[in-house]
Amino acid sequence: MGDLISLFINSVFIGNILLAYFLGMCSFIAVSKNIETATGLGFAVIFVLAVTSPVNWVIYHGLLAPGALAWAGFPDFDLSFLTFITFIAVIAAIVQAIEMVIDKYLPLLYTTLGVFLPLIAVNCAILGTALFMVERNYTFMESIVYGTGSGTGWMLAIVSMAAIRNKIKYSDVPKGLQGFGITMIIAGLMAMTFMMFSGITL
Amino acid sequence: MTQERTNYIDIVIKGIWRENPVAYQVLGICSSLAVTVRMSTAIVMGIALTVVTAFSSMLISSLRKMIPSNIRIIAELAIVASLVIATDQILKAFLYDISKQLSIFVGLIITNCIVMGRAEAFALANKPLDSFFDGIGNGLGYTLVLVIVALIREFLGSGKFLGFNIIPQFALDAGYQNMGLMVLAPGAFFVIGLLVWLKNSLPGISKEER
Repeated sequence: MGDLISLFINSVFIGNILLAYFLGMCSFIAVSKNIETATGLGFAVIFVLAVTSPVNWVIYHGLLAPGALAWAGFPDFDLSFLTFITFIAVIAAIVQAIEMVIDKYLPLLYTTLGVFLPLIAVNCAILGTALFMVERNYTFMESIVYGTGSGTGWMLAIVSMAAIRNKIKYSDVPKGLQGFGITMIIAGLMAMTFMMFSGITL
Repeated sequence: MTQERTNYIDIVIKGIWRENPVAYQVLGICSSLAVTVRMSTAIVMGIALTVVTAFSSMLISSLRKMIPSNIRIIAELAIVASLVIATDQILKAFLYDISKQLSIFVGLIITNCIVMGRAEAFALANKPLDSFFDGIGNGLGYTLVLVIVALIREFLGSGKFLGFNIIPQFALDAGYQNMGLMVLAPGAFFVIGLLVWLKNSLPGISKEER
């Protein structure tokens, strides 16, 4: 249990998917202009990550990993080269399915999250988390915790960035630095503060 | 013939400089930051992305009349993913060390906005060969930014150029220290931010309105 909590803290702060590994930057820059939309997208990312990571784990360890097809009588098969295309297809399919379910049963949630869901299918944070999960050999439980943790870290980063950008409107930023440039500098400062958490072990 | 050739050169230059995807359209910066601690990884990553963009643009463009427009995203993703798998396998076979260092970022070319962006914006409306050169131009433009960032980070962060030490020993003896910040993630953000500032301050370049 302690391991899982420590993994969660690690994926939220020190190994923040956005600030330490630069994943999901495109939507981070584009959607961080307004706190409400940033929060909506953040929740959507947490949700999708918490669902896709375990599903991808099951598919990888049940079908793709070297020797994973032993249960079907093919112990020599190694389909791991299909990882990329399978993961992206799984993610796209799950996002589509989630969108349809929410649309049918939770119309209120759909009005806030709905517009973001298609965006998420091509968000590199989702595919990146799945690939990190394979590369670091996480167990099934760890993959759930890691997925949720990365999503939480991503949301934390985008919501604080939206809040800062809201305030920066009133500051006197040098002309050439306005917009994208200052966003990058702020992200750098945020990355520094998030790194302060390294060294904490539970 | 010469007419056509200048046309291709023009398309390539447009991607590298005038409409550089990273600097002007803020596309694909995800990986452009993560692989820039060292020059070698940045160069390999740049080449991999150039190859994938060029061939995916060409393939998508030659299939553009056959792909129904409502499922085109899926079709494009399938083409891009297959090309990325091929690239990854080639890297693993011939450049194993670098492919280990690039870790998941080769796979993330699939979701890189440049590849899909060029497919959507250029390949769907142009001839295969034009799209091929457009892909090469944009890939090289991305490589250029990547290499510049990597150059700065490798030099300031570990005092090296392509893996060779270039800070003389007497400078180290005199108290010179490498800037540890540059090796870490925040360094990449600062370098990109400052480069954008520099780009916006250069005369004769249209400013982005935000």
